[in-house]
Amino acid sequence: MATETTTRAKLRWGLLDVIVVVFAFIPVLWIASLSFKTPATLADGKFWPREWTLDNYRTIFATDQFIRALVNSIGIALIATLVAVVLGAMAAYAISRLDFPGKKLLVGVSLLIAMFPQVSLVSPLFEIERQLGLFDTWPGLILPYITFALPLAIYTLSAFFKQIPWDLEKAAKMDGATQGQAFRRVIAPLAAPGLFTTAILVFIFCWNDFLFAISLTSTERSRTVPAALSFFTGASQFEDPTGAICAAAVVITIPIILFVLFFQRRIVSGLTSGAVKG
Amino acid sequence: MSINATPAGAEVTAEAERPGGRHAAVPAQRAGRRARTPLSENKRAERRLGWLLCAPAALVMVLVTAYPIIYSVWLSLQRFDLRFPDQREFIGLENYATVLTNQFWWTAFGVTALITVVTVAIELVLGMALALLMHRTLVGRGIVRTAALIPYGIVTVVAAFSWRYAWTPGTGYLANLFDGSAPLTERASSLAIIMLAEIWKTTPFMALLLMAGLALVPEDLLKAASTDGATAWQRFTKVMLPVMKPAILVALLFRTLDAFRVFDNIFVLTAGGNETSSVSMLAYNNLIRGLNLGIGSTMSVLIFLTVAIIAFVFVKLFGTAAPGSDDGERR
Repeated sequence: MATETTTRAKLRWGLLDVIVVVFAFIPVLWIASLSFKTPATLADGKFWPREWTLDNYRTIFATDQFIRALVNSIGIALIATLVAVVLGAMAAYAISRLDFPGKKLLVGVSLLIAMFPQVSLVSPLFEIERQLGLFDTWPGLILPYITFALPLAIYTLSAFFKQIPWDLEKAAKMDGATQGQAFRRVIAPLAAPGLFTTAILVFIFCWNDFLFAISLTSTERSRTVPAALSFFTGASQFEDPTGAICAAAVVITIPIILFVLFFQRRIVSGLTSGAVKG
Repeated sequence: MSINATPAGAEVTAEAERPGGRHAAVPAQRAGRRARTPLSENKRAERRLGWLLCAPAALVMVLVTAYPIIYSVWLSLQRFDLRFPDQREFIGLENYATVLTNQFWWTAFGVTALITVVTVAIELVLGMALALLMHRTLVGRGIVRTAALIPYGIVTVVAAFSWRYAWTPGTGYLANLFDGSAPLTERASSLAIIMLAEIWKTTPFMALLLMAGLALVPEDLLKAASTDGATAWQRFTKVMLPVMKPAILVALLFRTLDAFRVFDNIFVLTAGGNETSSVSMLAYNNLIRGLNLGIGSTMSVLIFLTVAIIAFVFVKLFGTAAPGSDDGERR
């Protein structure tokens, strides 16, 4: 009797799992499927390709347009992530470990920025960046990305830092380790997972942005892939760009899928710990 | 610690400068022993280090947001069209009058409000269901969590293209289900698709925030309620919901403000056609397509004010439960 109910319960949960998995994957599979269709079968309305081809991928990697955008996306997201995590870690360490006036103000300001409507910055930043010569450059995008990633980094990292048993550092020093050794051997390994998780979350945020990317760039010099997608043409100007857009979309989805597959646990713990425990 | 031989006077002034004694409770204990000089050398070093560590982050955040928003208030008081730069002049609140009497603005405002309310309401229900599933499922917990993270992580524009092609007549598997009509060319169906895309993309985020709240519900309490004969629904409404209230409010606040910024999906799905523009879309069009900095900035300021009001109302509703506030632990 007892085993029967657990089996039935398991089946019920399993069914719900399947619904979620299907619902989550269908749009991704659909765009991947489109990217493998030949031009002739592209508009056949079938979910799976009848004829498979890699031509769409060859097309996008044969043009400078996509490769430039990809380099921009990767470079800008990596630099912004690095800076945001370093600055965020410094602030988060201070927030979780030190007592100083103005701490609450900082937490409040970052909360405000997390809620800030980005579009409100588009007009002034457009004008300011034009005057400073930052318009359509990497730093012109990196700066706003850092700004909007910082609250995320600070929250997630302070939640992680609060869980680190800092007394171990003292213990190591009592056992004769120098300050540097205590940090390198004891604290750094404990803090690394939190830093890594935060870096993933921040990277996803920067990788995702569209509004700044399309407003603060105007050429291939700094246009990232999400912005470049809407300017895509096919192999020639007169060709339907659908296949090329889908192939490019799949390429920029790959890192996200890899992160999610390999670091699901970390991402979930990062997002949930920053949110409520604070 | 006894080396603390700095002139007592200096310490006293430093102490007097301390603003309002916000952390009074904590220092009071430590200071008890040495009431005269509560700010030891250590304490001051700690403060200096704290400020030093926070300064870069604070500086970047303030420079990139506070200054531009003030600058955009200044721009919004001018006639400033980049196509006619010589006509630039200070015109007071004229831009505000122009925008606030413009039907496009109010249509966009209505669309944004509608999308915000409908998507957040649906996401709350679906997100709660997904959170319960991710938290309590007996099988495949890892798989379902991984699957849920896909919409969260995927680039919004990519997902938007996927939905767009799915609803394109001829190409799309969904459009063909509805006898090949073109839903993205009509207003009501376009709005429905925009909302569908938003809900698909952001329900997992809502669910993750709610799951953080679920983790706080004590398992014993649920068992006790169960033993006392409470049904599943009663356990949910009487035990879980009250414990989760702060998490729910945080999730609602974040999603509401995020939904109000809706831009990417509309840009790709309809480009704002058939009166489906959101306020963000309209501000973008006035700025980048229209190159009208004055009007664009006016809309920026109005959107900022609206968001500030929404945030204020929420914070009034749940006060200190805001994420990151230290009071969280003392509750």
